[in-house]
Amino acid sequence: MSLASTENSTHSHGHGARHDPHLAHHFDTPEQQFTSAKLGMWVFLGTEILMFGGLFCVYSIYRHNHPLVFKFAAEAYLSVPLGVLNTIILITSSLTMAWGVRAAQLNQKKLLMTCLVLTLLGAAGFLVVKSIEYTKKWDEHVWVGRWNKYNADNNASYRVAPPAQPTTRSAAVIAPPPVSAGTGVADANAGTDVSQIKPRYDYPLSQSIQAPQAKETTSEKDSAQDPDVRYRQLSDSDQWRVNTFFSCYFLMTGLHGIHVVVGMGLITWILMRSLRNDFSSEYFTPVDLVGLYWHLVDLIWIFLFPLLYLIH
Amino acid sequence: MSLTHSNDIPAPVADDVGPNAPHGVHAVPKRVLMTVYGVLVLFTVITVAVSKVDLGQANIWAALFIAVIKGGLVAMYFMHLRWDSPFNGVILISALFFVSLFIGLALLDSHSYQPQMKPTPMATRAP
Amino acid sequence: MSIAQDVSNQRSKPDNYLTHDRGFRSWALTLDHKRIGLLYMMFVLSAFLLGGTFAVLLRTSLLTPNHWMFPSDPAHDTQAKLFYNNMFSLHGAVMVFMFIIPAIPAILGNFMLPMMLGAKDVAFPRVNLLSFYIYMLGATFFSWVLIGGILRTAFNIHLPFGFGLDTGWTFYTPFSTSKAEDGMVAGVLGAFILGFSSILTGVNFIATIHTLRPRGMTWFRMPLFLWALYATSIIQILATPVLAITLLLLVAERLLHVGIFDSSLGGDPVLFQHFFWFYSHPAVYIMILPGMGVISEIISVHSRKHIFGYSFIALSSVALALLGFLVWGHHLFVAGQSNLADSIFSLLTFSVAIPSAVKVFNWLGTLYRGSIRFTPAMVFALGFILLFTVGGLTGLFLGALATDVPLHDTYFVIAHFHYVMVGSMVFAFLGGMYHWFPKMFGKMCNQNWGRAAAIMLFIGFNLTFFPQFVMGAHGAPRRWATYPAEFQPYHVMSTIGAYIMAISLITVALNWLAGLLWGRPAPANPWGGNSLEWHTPSPPPYDNFPTPPVVDDPYNLSAWEYDASIEGWVPRKTDPASATAPADRTRPVTH
Repeated sequence: MSLASTENSTHSHGHGARHDPHLAHHFDTPEQQFTSAKLGMWVFLGTEILMFGGLFCVYSIYRHNHPLVFKFAAEAYLSVPLGVLNTIILITSSLTMAWGVRAAQLNQKKLLMTCLVLTLLGAAGFLVVKSIEYTKKWDEHVWVGRWNKYNADNNASYRVAPPAQPTTRSAAVIAPPPVSAGTGVADANAGTDVSQIKPRYDYPLSQSIQAPQAKETTSEKDSAQDPDVRYRQLSDSDQWRVNTFFSCYFLMTGLHGIHVVVGMGLITWILMRSLRNDFSSEYFTPVDLVGLYWHLVDLIWIFLFPLLYLIH
Repeated sequence: MSLTHSNDIPAPVADDVGPNAPHGVHAVPKRVLMTVYGVLVLFTVITVAVSKVDLGQANIWAALFIAVIKGGLVAMYFMHLRWDSPFNGVILISALFFVSLFIGLALLDSHSYQPQMKPTPMATRAP
Repeated sequence: MSIAQDVSNQRSKPDNYLTHDRGFRSWALTLDHKRIGLLYMMFVLSAFLLGGTFAVLLRTSLLTPNHWMFPSDPAHDTQAKLFYNNMFSLHGAVMVFMFIIPAIPAILGNFMLPMMLGAKDVAFPRVNLLSFYIYMLGATFFSWVLIGGILRTAFNIHLPFGFGLDTGWTFYTPFSTSKAEDGMVAGVLGAFILGFSSILTGVNFIATIHTLRPRGMTWFRMPLFLWALYATSIIQILATPVLAITLLLLVAERLLHVGIFDSSLGGDPVLFQHFFWFYSHPAVYIMILPGMGVISEIISVHSRKHIFGYSFIALSSVALALLGFLVWGHHLFVAGQSNLADSIFSLLTFSVAIPSAVKVFNWLGTLYRGSIRFTPAMVFALGFILLFTVGGLTGLFLGALATDVPLHDTYFVIAHFHYVMVGSMVFAFLGGMYHWFPKMFGKMCNQNWGRAAAIMLFIGFNLTFFPQFVMGAHGAPRRWATYPAEFQPYHVMSTIGAYIMAISLITVALNWLAGLLWGRPAPANPWGGNSLEWHTPSPPPYDNFPTPPVVDDPYNLSAWEYDASIEGWVPRKTDPASATAPADRTRPVTH
């Protein structure tokens, strides 16, 4: 855990080491500098893992407590083929990035640039697929939060007037939630005219969500495929949380997507520097560090993909 | 044990490390890169296939297990941890440990108070 | 170059890091860790002034039970309470995010860490500068937002982006997601920006301690201040990102209605508290650990005695860092956390007291039979030990589930955390500044005024916060603009104490200013410490060490002897035949 050989004196090295233009004045040898840079980068990657970890925590809690919600929403609205495509694209870009680092270490400038360009193309491809998915969700009115038809803001059946008498806190805790499939919480506040309360956003919500009391009989084939029918089959508590699934989805893939964009910027910067012949087998640290960042982006997606897309 | 090079795992040296390369620098062989890539793609296919089989509660654990294998391969070979100083790996493991700690305890608590949760009337929200 | 020569050269003003390069750009774009430490100092002390001013304002407004600063009609009642909410939110947010968390690491840590390692700089000087600019940006934006809120609620002055914050520094849901004013998003973003400064400092310190230790300085030969900074950095990098995502989720909740924390959208408000406290509990160890490191240095040097139980103190720092991550649920005991989690967290909270106690006993063991000099630094350190003991013990009342329920959200909690944050951490910070002032600025402060200020601060502090323990035990709630009349005597005592504290701190500031302007030149080693920063002139040259220092046990104080002619310490001339020669550079390194 400690570095074996650093000297504080400056005259114990050959002239070569001290004239190295990449060697900062506070480091004694290039190895020490490289080691330090890598260690610092790994610490930074640790912080990124902790940050995404928060989102994984949100996901875990909501999926654990409402597993049917996640099953419903993922099956109805997420496309596994697109998810697989994105996974393969990112893994491939990881390969080209690792190859690029190798090329930098071996003085293979043209190969390095090719690999960086390929990595960039992979990143761009990932974003294209992502935008296809996001557009599809927009069209189906299941975007994040305010623009999601399952959000309680947009779902009139959840908008109720305050109870006539304030319920005591203990009563509220002890009373079991009303179990009435398909009628929402409306029966706990019978007599309230929910139709008078205007939803915040004007969505062309399907009739079955607007008025969940109407129970229609449908053929089995329809009910297996129609999201609205399957939505009504969820319990009240679960219906309320479908919005949360989409929040998890957009927050996790959104933050990940931002990191992809940042990664593209970093790779472009490295590409420009390699055009200027900045890298060689003696100095390739920036390529290595950007590579580590890019691999982390891939790592996070490796976990995101099964957790979001492969819920059956 | 230095930070640039871990002594107990012999590092396969690449074909042609330049004469001026700093001591201990190691380029991952092409063979290793391609093999790991192939295994990653294979495991992606496997994880999709396994998800289609109904294992009940075990599905998510199977998916996570495969993801950990894939992630481990990326970390060890693409991110060079196999030949790095072990401390870099300690950082990664520690971060994952603390994430698990956070998720574990929060999940334990959330699970325990679920029976007491009920939908809130939206009376307090502005129309 | 010997130390004596250093001193005589200093009288003819040789080049040092302050004079090395001149002009605004040489400071604004500096990569010198010492200058960055001073830049931080300017902003962090300004933050302390801002937060402190509002502390005094808060205490002033609490002199009477009914917010005497506003007329007592109903219309003004709401305004008075909104104003009060903004005041304590500003006080808490500024003090936590802009003062306490950066203070010791960014000022004393940045300055001393490379020097204690015998190094020329931290591992990543440019990241260090970036970290400073992020801090400056975040602090400026955050202060603007908060002060804007004060102006708005008190005087109806509307600044652009001056939204204010009325949720308290803890941003609790559901208030922050449903009822709080929209502008709280700006405040949240200010805290978000400041978090990154903390993260980058942590990254830098970890890399520096791992890779820039000199030959001969194994982990267990580092000064304890470095162990403390290392443990602090571990917490900074593991906990702060969770704060970042928590704040982002809060912004998303407000702007996008994602429904994670807002119960009317299906969210879980208790989850917010889990997220928030997963960072904020370890954050209090970010605050206190560097302070404990400073105390270890001061106690040893100023009682002329080798630190007692070095390994115990070193390892207890790391233990505190790690155990600190296991206890966050003790902030949620009355929030709706399940009984199971309540019990687990309560039990774990008791464990966290152990490393702290280990340290206190080791400091006492160091003082015992030492030759104690009552320098201002030592007075602050002694105050620390007493006040930290009180703070730590009262934490046990709050960590025990049954006693926490009546005490939660009362003045007892306020008194507890002020004993550890102000009574301990601020005392440690001031002690550290007095200890290292000669090194940093090459001047000596007037010791009598320093001692007087320290004693006055101790008295004022206890007068301010001890009555709050009593008040809290009687049920006085916290964060209330008004209070039942029976508590007024306590509040009055507390306010008088606050004024005494203000006077003491002004005295400290004037003491430092006078030292800077008119203090006598400082010798290289005014206190006789043996860690490496004392082996170079005061103030240090640009690259820290004109000749590379020899690594030795940092607490081997007998290596120095007092020289009255320079009013400082010089290396003791060792007998060449003596067996206790300083560390040999050719000795094999044992890790």
